[in-house]
Amino acid sequence: MFEKALHGSRRYWMLLATLGIIITAGAIAYRFQLREGLALTGLSRSVSWGLYIAQFTFLVGVAASAVTVVLPYYIHDYKTFGKITILGEFLAVPSVIMCLVFILVDLGQPFRVFHVIMYPSLSSLMFWDTVVLGMYLVLNIVIGWTVISAEYKRTAPPAWVKPLIYLSIPWAISIHTVTAFLYAGLPGRDLWLTAITGARFLASAFSSGPALLVLLCGMSRRFTGFDPGERAERSLAVIITYAFSAHVFFIVLEFFTAFYSGIPAQRASLAHLYWGWGDPGSLTIFTWVSIALGFGALGVLYSPARRRDGWLLAAVTAIFISVWLEKGLGFVVGGFIPDPLEHVAVYRPTAVESFIAAGVWAAGILVLVILFKITSGVRAQAQR
Amino acid sequence: MNRTRREFIRTALERGLVVIGGTAFAALSCKDIFTDDGLKTHTGKRWGMAVDLLKCMKKESCVDCIAACHLGHNVPDIKEVKHAITWIWKDEFERVLPNVHDEYSPPAARHAGTILLCNHCANPPCVRVCPARATWKREDGIVVIDQHRCIGCRYCMAACPYGSRSFNWSDPRKFLAKERITPAYPTRTKGTVEKCEFCVERVDRGQGLLCVGACKEKALLFGDLNDPKSEVRAAMTGRTALRRKSELGTGPAVYYLL
Repeated sequence: MFEKALHGSRRYWMLLATLGIIITAGAIAYRFQLREGLALTGLSRSVSWGLYIAQFTFLVGVAASAVTVVLPYYIHDYKTFGKITILGEFLAVPSVIMCLVFILVDLGQPFRVFHVIMYPSLSSLMFWDTVVLGMYLVLNIVIGWTVISAEYKRTAPPAWVKPLIYLSIPWAISIHTVTAFLYAGLPGRDLWLTAITGARFLASAFSSGPALLVLLCGMSRRFTGFDPGERAERSLAVIITYAFSAHVFFIVLEFFTAFYSGIPAQRASLAHLYWGWGDPGSLTIFTWVSIALGFGALGVLYSPARRRDGWLLAAVTAIFISVWLEKGLGFVVGGFIPDPLEHVAVYRPTAVESFIAAGVWAAGILVLVILFKITSGVRAQAQR
Repeated sequence: MNRTRREFIRTALERGLVVIGGTAFAALSCKDIFTDDGLKTHTGKRWGMAVDLLKCMKKESCVDCIAACHLGHNVPDIKEVKHAITWIWKDEFERVLPNVHDEYSPPAARHAGTILLCNHCANPPCVRVCPARATWKREDGIVVIDQHRCIGCRYCMAACPYGSRSFNWSDPRKFLAKERITPAYPTRTKGTVEKCEFCVERVDRGQGLLCVGACKEKALLFGDLNDPKSEVRAAMTGRTALRRKSELGTGPAVYYLL
């Protein structure tokens, strides 16, 4: 079955080569970081987590979003998603891989990473996150590979895979909840220390993940012989509309509590992120791009007539970028501003940091392209 | 590492039970939610410090305690604030104790630098979050770090509500002149977290703290908080003793005397 990944058009090989170049650039940048230390990043004693951990957080959401297609298909027997559940599961695989690599490149002592296993600390949410993410990765590889192998052999999937699929549903929720708990349980970090952090994470995940899936369906139709079907995309668009509306609503809730209560510590991070309190040249620009894209996309998605074709692709692209800016940058960095002594430190990712992040993304996309190539190859064969 | 799998599982289970049990206990013992920070439950020693602010603020430019600590512990002198390593340092009074400060506070109290260090909390969030058990609280209350086990994830820095932890963003030895190295104390490598450890290496030999010894004003007092006759407790008597962000339930062991 893997041979499907070894036969492709010129464009396919060009794509793989491009990704290979970006991965190499990232690896070279990482070599420098490994030698010189994390001083090469924009991180500081005030903002001690940045782009890497934010990417990790964002990608856990993308990984968890597989549940938005798996759950309707397997629990509610929603046949429209029949063709794309495997895409959801295969999207989760590179997402989790990227998560783990982003954690690794963020470590000051990466060669000691196994200390997490050798000296397990059950009171640490990071230990639990490693456990649930690792398990989720295994679940999705096994499920995805078994299902597509069965299709390849034109047989029904084996019975033992069903319980694993059902297990993967609560598991997907758990990975993002545990990731939210990483933040939501820290005393003194008021942007994070809120009971709706978990809910916010799920809402933003269930908008950004399916948004990516719609984009991938569009690409699959255009560039491969496999068409997941427009109805599936339109159904995903409805899920995105609701989830993103909830995401916006949750942000409004945060603002109400912070500003009506008037508690300074509650207000500070939001004020910094949204209108540059303490430092005008801050992340405000990203926040407002995120808001503009989000509302623009919602305008499109609220109109059923536009929930298709070019409009839909534009809207989901905007949603993906909007959530990426909010969660893959603002939420994590904003939590450190102001710092415990109420200093406002500027954080800007450096070139080295950006190359490493791009390299990890490219590696994830490479795995994704190969998995999707195999899937579309098997599917195209079946459609013939 | 010669642990068998059986031992590994047993340790993991034991610790799991301790955590679950501890959480359940904390949830059920509502009686002491606001008062109990673990200070009184200890029968043995609990090391703590008192900073006499009135004495400390006499000389604004004084950095004797900082110099002694950083020299004795090979703390690199990194000028770039972003990457600075600080075991004991100074910041503005209103940032250190924002709850005490108001617009009518005397100017001296407002502008003088106030000493900061690790609070050696009774209930330290940094210890709770460490995924490698590289930092822990000793029986006597001192929070220490194993430099060889730290993986450099910096979760403890996110968890510390006092900004007391520093990270070696690059090789700290580059910032240590050869003649400045104290051979009796180890230097560190890049990619690990460090902080004040209440001179644990000296305390265990019955010696006093470097910062305490360096202070000519005798503004810093160190001793057993559980012993009512200790120097630190005597200094607190009749004074207003403040702790940083004590509302977070961390139970700091550093008291600021006004």
